[in-house]
Order: sequence, then structure tokens, then C-alpha cells
Amino acid sequence: MQEVWFFLQLVVQGLAIGSVYSLVALGFVLIYKASSVINFAQGELLMVGAYVCLALIVQFQVPFWAGFLITMAFSIVLALFIERFVLRPMIGEPVIAIIMITIGLSAVLKSFVSAFWGTQIRVFPSIFPEAPVKFGEIVVSRVYIFTFIASLVFLVIFALFFKYSRMGIAMRAAANSNQVALSMGISVKKVFAISWCVAAVVSAVGGILIGNINGVNITLAAVGLKVFPAVILGGLDSIPGAVLGGLIIGVLENLSGGYLDHFFGGGVKEVAPFVVLVIILMIKPYGLFGTEEIERV
Amino acid sequence: MQQCGIFHETYTEDMAIFQTPFSRFWMGLFFVFLAIFPFISKPINAVLGTNTLYLANLIGIYIIGAHGLNLLTGFTGQISLGHGAFMGVGAYASAILTMKLGIPFLIALPLAGLITAMVGMVFGIPSLRLKGLYLAIATMAAQFIIEYAMRNWTTLTGGSAGMSVRPPSFFGFYIDSDRSYYYLIYVFVILATIYTKNIIRSRPGRAFVAIRDRYLAAEVIGVNVWLYRILSFGISSFMVGIAGGLWAHYVLVISDEHFVIWLSVQYLAMIIIGGMGHVMGGIYGAIFMVLLPELLRIPEHYLTVINPNAFAIFHSLRDGVFGLIIILFLIFEPDGLAARWHTIKNYWKLWPFSY
Repeated sequence: MQEVWFFLQLVVQGLAIGSVYSLVALGFVLIYKASSVINFAQGELLMVGAYVCLALIVQFQVPFWAGFLITMAFSIVLALFIERFVLRPMIGEPVIAIIMITIGLSAVLKSFVSAFWGTQIRVFPSIFPEAPVKFGEIVVSRVYIFTFIASLVFLVIFALFFKYSRMGIAMRAAANSNQVALSMGISVKKVFAISWCVAAVVSAVGGILIGNINGVNITLAAVGLKVFPAVILGGLDSIPGAVLGGLIIGVLENLSGGYLDHFFGGGVKEVAPFVVLVIILMIKPYGLFGTEEIERV
Repeated sequence: MQQCGIFHETYTEDMAIFQTPFSRFWMGLFFVFLAIFPFISKPINAVLGTNTLYLANLIGIYIIGAHGLNLLTGFTGQISLGHGAFMGVGAYASAILTMKLGIPFLIALPLAGLITAMVGMVFGIPSLRLKGLYLAIATMAAQFIIEYAMRNWTTLTGGSAGMSVRPPSFFGFYIDSDRSYYYLIYVFVILATIYTKNIIRSRPGRAFVAIRDRYLAAEVIGVNVWLYRILSFGISSFMVGIAGGLWAHYVLVISDEHFVIWLSVQYLAMIIIGGMGHVMGGIYGAIFMVLLPELLRIPEHYLTVINPNAFAIFHSLRDGVFGLIIILFLIFEPDGLAARWHTIKNYWKLWPFSY
């Protein structure tokens, strides 16, 4: 019985972390679908969001909700700036140039953060009540529950946005084919800009949530890299795939950390998602829901 | 562009790497400079205030690796974010072969290259089915998996405590000074450069370029895309493995923190700044990457005098400067320094009637 509870405990924690991965993966897939840009700076957007929110709350003594809203506004401005001055000149360039430019961007963002705030770990003031909740034998701290709920809320908001709002439909159209969307009178430039804004906002939310769990320091950007296994598992161009992939990777990483750590001497959690990634690429490269590209000679 | 009055009468003349007496003369002079550099480096060190011979050795090691990555990314069009880790595989393989198995350096180094080539080809398998962006992600995963193995396979690699390595020795010579190591490294640099140049001019090189430009068309005209992609991965990892082996026996202590993803990014930055798809690109890029931190030291020096706080901030902006340079090069000079050099050279060829 003990083992079942241990297993369930790991699964629940994994789901909470995984829901943040889903959120960040959603932003990643959005940018990829709209503009075929692989964004290696997703983790840095997340880190910047977390740091800005932390600075507002701790250094400027802003209440949490106001700090949260200002952080969202800041993320939108940052995303617009990046899209206009870094990514716009690269339209039509080869894949490697676009990948490298986002890597360069990530280095720039990271160095700005470490110049402003240093590299030591900072603790978020506790926003959520601290007493853990018990479900049977499973002890879950409230941060995890709030994280899960907050991620779900944002995922639902974006699902509705894509399904019903005018802009959401325009974005789906542009993702499907830039040229057709252009000919139907959709401003593809605006779609690119908005997809970056949405990606930055969801990343900042993810950053604040993860910051509440683990504290904030410069290695927070590594969460952005966990997005890659999630989106590859779900299929690079599928939004439901990204959500499901994020949850699966979160659970999987927690389970592998819980069960395999004493065989390999710790840290399995960090590498297991990437092992999964390589295996998926070898057997089912387009993931669970990705569009298969078929080329015949 | 070719100068007037030069006509190639034989096939060998046409295929010569240095085609004119003028370029042969300057290349000869350059090789003489390379050969005597260790003897004149002392006064240069005194003027510049750094160990230029050490920098020259680092440049040499990076050139070998950059040639490898340039073959893969610049000529075959396959992106690798795992070359930092592959360099680590070469370094550890060579260290383990010489220290634990007692194999002499001259045999261990090529063996380390071969081991790296095997590892590279395993992670290159996804490239057979996938296009550029998927491959970048697959090689990034390779980077993290290898990093993990280097850190946690403590019985083999010594873990994060690192592993000490002996300087190489063969036929009774110990190569343990900067000067003697310089000659060892530059023998390999010249071999690697000639090898890269020649492979581009031969059948596999043509196949690589065909695959890069349009792999479906390449397949139609009978290029075995599968074979040449894997071959490119193999050769590329072999070269970067050799670079890793040379590096291990030069710095004498290796640990996993040298071979993080930042090194892979630096390798990619080298070939982008130097010029992808130009043999000279790897060389320019490696020189740029090694000298840039040294150049950044000058403003840092003055900032320390003015205000130590400003120094700390500038120091953490260092990596950002790398990132910014990558961004600026990609936006304004995507073909890198090699292309820029061509433009400048051609301008002066017809000067002052350059129209």
C-alpha cells in the first residue's frame, strides 16, 4: 500500500510541474505554428517574467496581483520588441540562422538578468497558504494545487481564445498557411507579433508559478529546455499535443526521479525527458498528434 | 575573381589550392611565421600582457573542431547542438585510453576520434528521417545525455571531481610545454584544413553540398542521401573528437563542466561568424572566438579603475555580448567574415576602377 501512495504522490507532483510545462509548451508551439520559428529563448522569457514579478513584489513592495499584471504588460512589450527587431529581419532565412538567432537572444536575456539581479537563488514571498493538503496518504503542498489550477485556467482561456475570438481564428488560419491567410486579408505580421506576445505571457505565468515552487535563480531558464521533449512527444505543431506532452513529461520526469535516482546516482530527473525525446525521434518523429510530412521522390 | 594573364594549361594547375605565385608567396611567408611564432611570442607577450602562445594553441584546437562542425552544418546543412559534448567524448576517450589502459598517445588520439565518430553517428540517426529543426532538438538532447553520463558515470570519468591527464609523450619526447604543444597542435590543424579543403573538392564533398542545397534533387540524381548524411556526422564528430583529445592532454585536468551546451553554441557561433560553407570560415571563427574575450578584457580593465561595481555588471554582460554579436552577424552579414574578406579583396583587385 505504501508503494501505491508513493507512486500517486509522484504522479500528483508531476502533474503540477507538467501543467507548467504544458503552459510554456503552448507558447512554444504557437510561435512555431505561426512563423515556423523554433524558439530556444522560451526559457529565458520565463526567467525574465519570474524575475520582474519578484522584483516588483520584493523591491518595490507592489501587491501580488498588481505585480502580476505589470509583469504581463512588461512581457508583452518585451515580446513585441523581440519580434520587431530580432525576428522580423529573419523572415525567409534558413532554419539554422533562425535557431541561432533565438540562441543568441537567450544569451542576451540571460546576461541582462544576471547583470541586474546576480546569480544567487531568491525566494518568492509565499503567496499561497503554506499548510499542505492531504488526500489520503498523499501530501500535496498548496503551491502545487494552485499551480495546477492556474495552468488549467490559462489553458482553458487560450483554448476558448483560439476557438471563438476573431484574432484566435485569424491566428489559426495564419498557422495553417501564411499565404492563404494573407490573401484573405489577415495581417500576418500582426499574427506573428501576437503569437510572440501570447508566448511571452504564458511563459511569464509559468515562470511565476515555478518560481513559487523552486525559488528563482538563473537556472530557471532550464525549464524552457524541458519544453522540447514535451512538444516533440505531442507533435511539434499541435496545441493539444503540447498540453498533453507537457503533462506526460512532467509525470514521467518525476517518476524516473523517484524510482531510478538510486540506481544512477541522482539527477535522473534532469536527463530522463531527453532520453524519451531521442527515443520518440527514432521511432515516431512526428509525435502523437503532429502533422506527418510525406515526401516522395 | 581571377587576375588577368593567368591561364591554366593543365588539370593539376587548375586544381591547385594556391593558384597564383602571389598567393603561394604569401602563404609561404605565413607558414614561416607559423613556424617561428613560438620563438617570437615572448616579446609579443610582454607588449600585450597575455600568453599569446596559449591563445594560439586554443585557436588551433578550436579550428580543428570548427572545421568538423563546418563540414556538417556549413556543407551538409545538418545542424548540431551537440558538438560541445562530442568534444567531451573525445577528451574523455583519449584520457581513459592513455591513463587507464596505458595506450600510447599517438594511437589513443585517433581511437578517441573513432569513438567520438561512433557516438556522433548514433545521435545522427534521427537525421536520416528528419529535417533541420528536428535535428537541432535531437542533438541538443544528445548534449544533455552525454553531459549527464560524464557527470554521473563516476567509475569511468571521475565525475565532477574531474580527471587528471598526463601530457603526451612519444619516442622519448615529452610534450609538456606550450611551445612543443604548439607544434603538435598545428600539425593537426594543417592536416585538418587540408583534409577539409580536399573533401569538399571530391565526390563526398560534392554530395554533401548537393544534400545541403536540395536533398530531394540530390536523391533524384543518385546521391545516397542516407550514406552521406551519416558519413558527414561521422567525419564531423571524428574531427571534434580529435580536438577534444588534444585539449585534454593540453589542459591536463578535464571535468564535465567544460563541455556544457554553451560550448556547442560557441562552436556554432564560430562557424556563423567565420562563414558557413567556407573552409576559411572555421579558421576566422575560431580566431574571433578566442580573441574576443581577450579584447573584452580591455574595457573591463578600465571599468575596474573607474568603479569595481561597473566591472561586475560588465562581466556578467559578457555572454550577452557573444549573443549580441551572433544576432548582429546573422542580421547584417549572414555569410560571415569569409564573405566579407572576399568582398574586400575583390574591391581592391580592381581599385581604383572598381565598377
